[in-house]
Amino acid sequence: MSSQEIPEENLPAEQDAHVAVADEKNPFADPGLPPHEHRIQDIDERAARRSERTVALLFTVSMLATVGFIASYVAIPHDKSVFVFPIGHLNALNFALGLTLGTALFCIGAGAVHWARTLMSDVEVADDRHAIAAEPEVKAKVMADFRQGAKESAIGRRKLIRNTMLGALTLVPLSGVVLLRDLGPLPGTKLRHTLWSKGKLLVNMNTNEPLRPSDVAVGSLTFAKPEGLEEHDHDFQNEIAKAALMIVRLQPDDIKDKRELEWSHEGIVAYSKICTHVGCPISLYEQQTHHVLCPCHQSTFDLSDGARVIFGPAGHALPQLRIGVNDEGYLEALGDFDEPVGPAFWERG
Amino acid sequence: MSTTETTESRSRGKAPAGERVADWADGRLGIYSLAKANMRKIFPDHWSFMLGEVCLYSFIIIILTGVYLTLFFHPSMNEVEYHGSYVPLQGQLMSEAFSSTLHISFDVRGGLLIRQIHHWAALIFLAGMFVHMMRVFFTGAFRKPREINWLFGFLLFVLGMFTGFTGYSLPDDLLSGTGVRFTEGAILSMPIVGTYISFFLFGGEFPGVDFVARFYSIHILLLPGIMLGLVVGHLILVFYHKHTQFAGPGKTNKNVVGMPLLPVYMAKAGGFFFLVFGVIAVIAAVAQINPIWAMGPYRPDQVSTGAQPDWYMGFAEGLVRYMPGWEINLWGHTLVLGVFIPLVLFGLVLMAIAVYPFIESWVTGDKREHHILDRPRNAPTRTAFGVAWVTVYMIGLVGGGNDLWATHFHLSINAVTWFVRIGFFAGPVLAFIITKRICLGLQRRDKDKVLHGRESGIIKRLPHGEFIEVHEPLSQDALYTLTAHEQYKPLEIGPTVDENGVERKVKGSEKLRAKLSKSYFDEDGQIPKPTVEEYKEITSGHGHH
Repeated sequence: MSSQEIPEENLPAEQDAHVAVADEKNPFADPGLPPHEHRIQDIDERAARRSERTVALLFTVSMLATVGFIASYVAIPHDKSVFVFPIGHLNALNFALGLTLGTALFCIGAGAVHWARTLMSDVEVADDRHAIAAEPEVKAKVMADFRQGAKESAIGRRKLIRNTMLGALTLVPLSGVVLLRDLGPLPGTKLRHTLWSKGKLLVNMNTNEPLRPSDVAVGSLTFAKPEGLEEHDHDFQNEIAKAALMIVRLQPDDIKDKRELEWSHEGIVAYSKICTHVGCPISLYEQQTHHVLCPCHQSTFDLSDGARVIFGPAGHALPQLRIGVNDEGYLEALGDFDEPVGPAFWERG
Repeated sequence: MSTTETTESRSRGKAPAGERVADWADGRLGIYSLAKANMRKIFPDHWSFMLGEVCLYSFIIIILTGVYLTLFFHPSMNEVEYHGSYVPLQGQLMSEAFSSTLHISFDVRGGLLIRQIHHWAALIFLAGMFVHMMRVFFTGAFRKPREINWLFGFLLFVLGMFTGFTGYSLPDDLLSGTGVRFTEGAILSMPIVGTYISFFLFGGEFPGVDFVARFYSIHILLLPGIMLGLVVGHLILVFYHKHTQFAGPGKTNKNVVGMPLLPVYMAKAGGFFFLVFGVIAVIAAVAQINPIWAMGPYRPDQVSTGAQPDWYMGFAEGLVRYMPGWEINLWGHTLVLGVFIPLVLFGLVLMAIAVYPFIESWVTGDKREHHILDRPRNAPTRTAFGVAWVTVYMIGLVGGGNDLWATHFHLSINAVTWFVRIGFFAGPVLAFIITKRICLGLQRRDKDKVLHGRESGIIKRLPHGEFIEVHEPLSQDALYTLTAHEQYKPLEIGPTVDENGVERKVKGSEKLRAKLSKSYFDEDGQIPKPTVEEYKEITSGHGHH
């Protein structure tokens, strides 16, 4: 849309740049710059000297503060703590260094600003503005120069050069894109599998011992990992990000979901600890209602009903791990999760 | 010839050292021409013009302290056992990134201070940009010729958010790791490409062993490099356009009234850098920020409650929290709308404020330069839109902290979430209507003041017993200032049938434009400012109370 479509009279009138004297005709006219009002420092040399001393004092305090900074750095041990009212206990070195550095810097600033405000001239001056856009002659000259240059390059006439150049310039960034390929492996089915498999014992995250059904009391929340996964393993972080498990015991009668009951053992159910929203570990358990809450975005799941979402932004239920008990009486997995754990993604399906 | 040489050599010998250095530089850089235009450049004075300075100075402070931190920080996710001086974590497995951050905080003297200055300055930088942007918005300083500088500033704000995010993710602590996990979940929600982007960003599955090193080069090189270029461009344009000013006696669209760069603004602005730095240093001395030792190293199966991003990411966090968990499964694919919509909304809300200058200039059709700032009340629709936008942003922030609102004010988390869900739609509409009414009210008051003078506080009793308050006429300066603003007329489409009965086709965009123009500038969009006739009518004695 060009400006021509807007009729001129719709735009407000240009403001009068000239200083107009207010008169009978126009009481709203611009009276022009008000006369300069003197500050006390402009007329009283004693006041000016007072300002000078204030500025000098501020600069001196700054120098002293820098000395204080160096002294604190040398003298205060880095593990000493100090009580500062009303903040509380602070690291003494951090407090001293910050305070002295802050004072040294602030006083330079305060001195400079006080100097500017009280001693430097505060006469307001008007400067002319000039239009940002060039004059028509300048534009004409530029356009002529450009046409001359374009003509001399023959880019318009020799189409073959132009087209192949554009082609080459379009293709060359592709090398850069291709180079990014090795930033990471392709996803494949990695997000679909975890370390869990048939016969893997459920190991208590805190004690590092395999869990027996008797270890899981009603109303408690237990975190577990697959047997064989140790903190020192090089891929521990990646594996625990998918395999982390939370275990609770419900009264079998309380379990509303049929499959959940089938996949449980004596009311003990095992669910992925990784929230299906964006992957935070779920860690808040309400014993009475059997709800678990993700502390990050408050998605709430009902563990007595297939861990379906009852509130919050998660899009689907937590995956359940099918568990049983082996010959020695330990809780074991009866396979991997049958769906991907964690946040949903395009290929999840 | 010999005479000239001797005078020249003598004058050269006499010239003070500073001048000789300047001569030397001028011969190579042409600094005198540059100084001629800029040394006594005039800058207008208003408190709100220093908000941008806060941003500039905190940006410099961030760079200075950031360089220091790189001397000690190890951007590596190699697992190490901690043996530093922070006792509670001794023997713990953690990444080198985390342990070197502990080293900076506990074993490098002053390291904690610099870390805290860096982090505090980053929060202030982003807050400063937000407030500065609002100042520019509400005063209409984004109008021609400054639209490009508006976009530069907007880009700085957005890049600043991502620089901040990549920065606080570097220590690889439990809190920031949770934020990175959230980011990964959000990336996964992108249709078709999400999983691939996630695998390429993290070098495989989350968390992998690469992201700290990758975020590091983004945080210290890529983004700040772009931002530095934008900051320089932003400042060059400020110099080139010359600063805007508020209307007032002697101030026109063709001049700039204020004090010169040398010495006043050299001292004020230079001093202000030290003031900002000093205040941030004192904050860093007394106010702890991001105590990563209290959170511990990141593990994907652990989390703390009350996990919050830094404030500038809180708006995005809020969108993700109060969005319902919609998921569509079709043909073996999952469309994760519950996360993807917030991701898109995040971009759209930011874009809405970025493109506003172009929308307004389309509606007004005004192609002239504007150097006189609007008072927010005199542009009610713009002001109302700005407040509505801020409302959306703030509701996002409230939603991003819904757990903290719930725990601190003993509210139900569900109630808080439902409040922000409704507020996201109702809040901006209400804010728009209320703001517009307030602006119109203030315009009426200005008009009243111009026509009837200010309330003097003097009560006069008339002979017949009536009490009236004496109003004093405003000074010439005030009269001018209150009537200096420009008022547009609403755009009319005009007759759609010409004198020969031929119907003219009116494009949809033209209709929309006329409609917008009407809502901006008809009698519900602005109060006509007092005219000279009205003023004379009233001040000539008739009807004056």
